Amino acid sequence: MTAQLPALQILLPMLASALCVLLRSPAGAWLCFTLATWASFAVSVLLVLATRSGAILSYEMGGWEPPFGIELRIDALNAFVLLIVSGMAAVMAPFARSSVLAEIEQTRVYLFYALVLLCLTGLLGISITGDAFNLFVFLEISSLSSYAIIAMGPNRRALLAAFQYLIMGTVGGTFILIGIGLMYMLTGTLNMADLAERLPAMADSRTEKAALGFIVVGASIKLALFPLHAWLPNAYAYAPSLVSALLAATATKVAAYVLIRFIYTVFLPERAFDGLMLSELMMALAAIAMIAGSVVAIFQHNVKLLLAWSSIAQIGYIVLGAALVTTAGLAATTLHLLNHAVAKGCLFLALGVIVWKTGGARLSDLAGLGRTLPWVGAAFVIGALSLIGVPFTGGFITKWYLLVAVAEQELWLLAGAVVLSSLLSIIYMGRVIETLYFRAPSQGTTRSEPVPVLMLTSVWLLALLNVAIGSYSEPFAAIARTAAGQLLGGTP
Amino acid sequence: MRQHTLLRVCTRMLVPLILIFALYVQFHGDYGPGGGFQAGVIFAAGIVLYALVFGVEAARRAVPATWLRILSAGGVLLFAGTGVVSMLAGHNFLDYDALAGDPVAGQHIGIILVEFGVGMTVTGVILSFFYVFAGRGRRD
Repeated sequence: MTAQLPALQILLPMLASALCVLLRSPAGAWLCFTLATWASFAVSVLLVLATRSGAILSYEMGGWEPPFGIELRIDALNAFVLLIVSGMAAVMAPFARSSVLAEIEQTRVYLFYALVLLCLTGLLGISITGDAFNLFVFLEISSLSSYAIIAMGPNRRALLAAFQYLIMGTVGGTFILIGIGLMYMLTGTLNMADLAERLPAMADSRTEKAALGFIVVGASIKLALFPLHAWLPNAYAYAPSLVSALLAATATKVAAYVLIRFIYTVFLPERAFDGLMLSELMMALAAIAMIAGSVVAIFQHNVKLLLAWSSIAQIGYIVLGAALVTTAGLAATTLHLLNHAVAKGCLFLALGVIVWKTGGARLSDLAGLGRTLPWVGAAFVIGALSLIGVPFTGGFITKWYLLVAVAEQELWLLAGAVVLSSLLSIIYMGRVIETLYFRAPSQGTTRSEPVPVLMLTSVWLLALLNVAIGSYSEPFAAIARTAAGQLLGGTP
Repeated sequence: MRQHTLLRVCTRMLVPLILIFALYVQFHGDYGPGGGFQAGVIFAAGIVLYALVFGVEAARRAVPATWLRILSAGGVLLFAGTGVVSMLAGHNFLDYDALAGDPVAGQHIGIILVEFGVGMTVTGVILSFFYVFAGRGRRD
């Protein structure tokens, strides 16, 4: 059965999504969601174990051999992204039960779970496929379902946020499709490894450069890289709590993967970066994103918006590492995919518990909750420390790797930007923590029943994971180095 | 539409023909032009015509929205299930050779099942769209 693992990775959430629609009951749909995400997490763990030494798995869909048929191709980077996506979904499944019941209309709960599973199918599919057009199809699956689940948010503003995301996301998806179409026009193939072999012969054609340009812009929109980030804050802020957490932890990571995969595997870094100044451009945008995102986050009153703006800053770190074109930089980026997912997931889930308790995510809703909900407050603090990059948390590890990678290139200005952005994150996270612990509780209406154990389990799993990665990061760092080596070593 | 006798009579005659034609396109799809998507659209168009002439309520009685959800999900399950069967037979996902002893027969069976799944889902989804837009304001 090991040979079938790549197909199972996408199939499990897809079949479960259809089953959810047939089951119709909220409890049944939740159970289906939980089992599917856990099973798919188990599959991704097996895939990581199979690829971490540098091996590459290839799976022929329908028995048609690549490059003619669709190929699923898994190297260390793919497997790592699959692990992040399915792992985040699996950890958040227990949280989902009460949170979704509180925020989604009873009759729509099963459809909500079906859509979340479809979104996961899309994200996992993007990460696993070795076929450029197949990647676009999965991108659309994940995008369309995420517009719908964002629009299901409890506030009416969710509709407008989802619509903004729909417009921007469609533009992004179309740009990627145009880029893929141009490459197909040049080479007559859609398989990524095959494209990488054939594109060098077309190296100086304008079509190839246009294709790269379209794909970079398209992926940057999905990634919410500054200045294409406008859709992200509202989409995350007004979505249901589970969706905010899940998308913040996975969707932008997968978009970053798309960017890295196309630049490093399909176009090959030497051609992608030479002549087009792509590296310098990405570094500049990353630096602006890190600082501007953090500055805007400082002035937010809605904590969900604050976390969303901080995501934009964190995307800066991810892109910065990728723009350095060194093994150290790529390893830092790969690690930060994981560490940001774990830290932001933890923060959004802790906030989700607070929303469940108080019904709001404004700073005033959080006042004094650190004392009435000590466990939730403590988990939020751990997530915040990891986001800032305090030693013994995951965030510290990646910032360290990133600073080393930047220093290696003697780009001191960028190193300064990383440090400045971290200092700014102390300010905005500090504001939230101050409100949590040192303000008198507001007299708003709060739920009287205690926080469900399942919700706390999810939150604390992520909080402990932050500390675990921060204390012992070697297994993940080793995978990240293998992935970076493969990316820079030519075709996967 | 009550006074348009001609329209009502013609629709009564046309709808069954449209539905049969949809099934023809569906099951002829593996040999000639056609296939699940086109068949699904034609089938849904037949029901939409019925709804336009006899009213959305009549169409909802004939094809309830609940069925459509089952149809949409069932189509996906049929498509993916075909692939799972070939996986259980020891081949790759959606490798139709596994479905019969003879590869050619296997390919035929596979494509018919998969296209039928596509047809079901397309019918279900298109009619769901139609019901949602036609029934704006009412909730179910």
